[in-house]
Amino acid sequence: MRDMERKGPIVEIRNISKSYRRDSQNIPVLEDITFDIGEGEFLALMGPSGSGKSTLLNLIAGLDRPDSGTIRVGGVDIASLSESGLARWRASHVGFIFQFYNLVPVLTAFENVELPLLLSGLSRRDRREHVDMALGLVNLSDRMDHYPSQLSGGQQQRVAIARAVVTDPAILVADEPTGDLDRVSAEDVLGLMDRLNRELGKTIILVTHDPLAAGRARMTRHLVKGVLT
Amino acid sequence: MFILKLVLRNTFRHTLRTSLTILSIIIALVAFGLLRTVINSWYAGVDASSASRLVTRNAISLMFPLPLSYRDKIRAVDGVKTVSYGNWFGGIYKDRKNFFANFAVDPKTYFQLNNEFMLTPEEHDAFIRDRKGFVAGRKLAKKFGWKIGDSVPLEGTIFPGSWEFVLRGIYKGKEKNTDESLFFFHWEYLNETLRKTMPLRADKVGFYMVGVKDPARAVDVTVAIDRIFKNSLAETLTETEKAFQLSFISMSEAVIIAIRLVSLVVIIIIMAVAANTMAMTVRERTREYAVFKTLGFGAFRITAMIFGESLLITMTGCVLGIVLTYPAAGAFGRALGDYFPIFVVDNNIFTVYVGASLLVGVTAAVLPAWKAIRITIAEGLRRIE
Ligand SMILES: Nc1ncnc2c1ncn2[C@@H]1O[C@H](COP(=O)(O)OP(=O)(O)O)[C@@H](O)[C@H]1O
Ligand SMILES: [Mg+2]
Repeated sequence: MRDMERKGPIVEIRNISKSYRRDSQNIPVLEDITFDIGEGEFLALMGPSGSGKSTLLNLIAGLDRPDSGTIRVGGVDIASLSESGLARWRASHVGFIFQFYNLVPVLTAFENVELPLLLSGLSRRDRREHVDMALGLVNLSDRMDHYPSQLSGGQQQRVAIARAVVTDPAILVADEPTGDLDRVSAEDVLGLMDRLNRELGKTIILVTHDPLAAGRARMTRHLVKGVLT
Repeated sequence: MFILKLVLRNTFRHTLRTSLTILSIIIALVAFGLLRTVINSWYAGVDASSASRLVTRNAISLMFPLPLSYRDKIRAVDGVKTVSYGNWFGGIYKDRKNFFANFAVDPKTYFQLNNEFMLTPEEHDAFIRDRKGFVAGRKLAKKFGWKIGDSVPLEGTIFPGSWEFVLRGIYKGKEKNTDESLFFFHWEYLNETLRKTMPLRADKVGFYMVGVKDPARAVDVTVAIDRIFKNSLAETLTETEKAFQLSFISMSEAVIIAIRLVSLVVIIIIMAVAANTMAMTVRERTREYAVFKTLGFGAFRITAMIFGESLLITMTGCVLGIVLTYPAAGAFGRALGDYFPIFVVDNNIFTVYVGASLLVGVTAAVLPAWKAIRITIAEGLRRIE
């Protein structure tokens, strides 16, 4: 087990605001949010539905841009990156886990996990090695040739976790990863995330409104009506 | 390589939808191919006509004949090699439905001029010797099961009465587009009978067919012939055989334009079908494309996936369409052989198939691809089918 010493913040959020425009009406979602996330942290972001959790997570992960304020991740001001620069940055620094797994249905478990590596320039053999390792980590080596439709929800989410970690990113973001799972599968997935945090030192940001899931994190923050408490 | 694999698997994700789309492309292309072949066969007679033959007819109308005495005057024109002549007979064999073209011609000169109708020397001699003999094209003889020596009656329409002929020869076409469904008999037989029954209509011919020495000077010869008969009782109109054939077809120009329009509409329809399929497909996969983008896949790769799938569908339809055009044209030709004696698929139309399929494939993908690229990841991920 790794030593749990605290390092500096890996995510620094300064005064960010975000609103959506709908039918010429401005809907503010996040207002002047400032906070840090330490490296190796396992943070649960809680809050009622519609409070802006996904929006905040997307901003941290470089899927969207804030209206104002800055986000530095690993020292990089990600809002200043170009579209393709941001895409490259995401591919190497962030792993994504979604509520609905979001596996590609026409690709096998192996091919789904291989997906992020296709852009990395690794050789076929190296890719195979990485994928085997990632699938071994989530304990699905024997299912690598199965298509998503041939796997249970819990298994699909574990494949998605393998896909998220195969590029060895420093940060994992998970948006309601257990929202669509039964208790047992949810425990399974949460246990896996716990191990990724403890054993591999991944910084994890977990969005959830399930207190049980949040209980596995080592820190919880609440977002209510766009304000962090 | 990966994109190719993905395109292949995505295309057959909705087997039924893809199959129906491909099927409609096949049907549209084959329909287009048949329509074009109809037009081609319409013009087949024109293409088969020789550049060294002229046709002289009454300037007023083809319905009016010319005196037989013009034959020697035409022969005397500078540049003329051979003169033949004949009448459209318009006889009916048993039933109106059994339509085929039948002519009374001068047997020696006619087959000399039209050497694309190939007879063996024995058949040729037998035909010339028998005043009541006739020659039929291979296709026509086969259709009615006529054998050499068979007696065949025709019921006259323009020249009333019942006429008996004996089959003396079956000609083969020299070229692929030679019409093998014509019927020729002795002009002399017709004329002798008319002398007895309708003397006023005797010694008149429907048209002269003129062979020129030098095809390059054909136009000069047409002018020279018509000049001789200027201001005579029956003025003539001489033109190349090609122009003569075209003057028949031009009556149906409107039909041909209609067919061309229909084939254009067919292309537009498959464009709509393919565009609809691609729009549905891409809309359904909005979230999937967002996931690809999340993982770092850029606009170029997403575009390639969508265009690849669209083109795979249309090109599959194209290939199957080409393969199926031949049997379809075969069946069509057999069913409508009477109207289109020459029904041969021109391979050039497949260039149009490929062109149209590429065009449709690209066009159908443009809007969906543009939408898939434009939508932000955050928005795309929120989409639930
Ligand atoms: N693309 C968008 N366009 C318009 N409104 C949006 C969009 N994304 C989110 N919203 C709105 O922003 C608010 C916060 O959404 P979200 O971040 O998804 O909340 P949460 O994840 O906490 O449920 C909601 O009211 C939602 O309707
Ligand atoms: Mg959410």
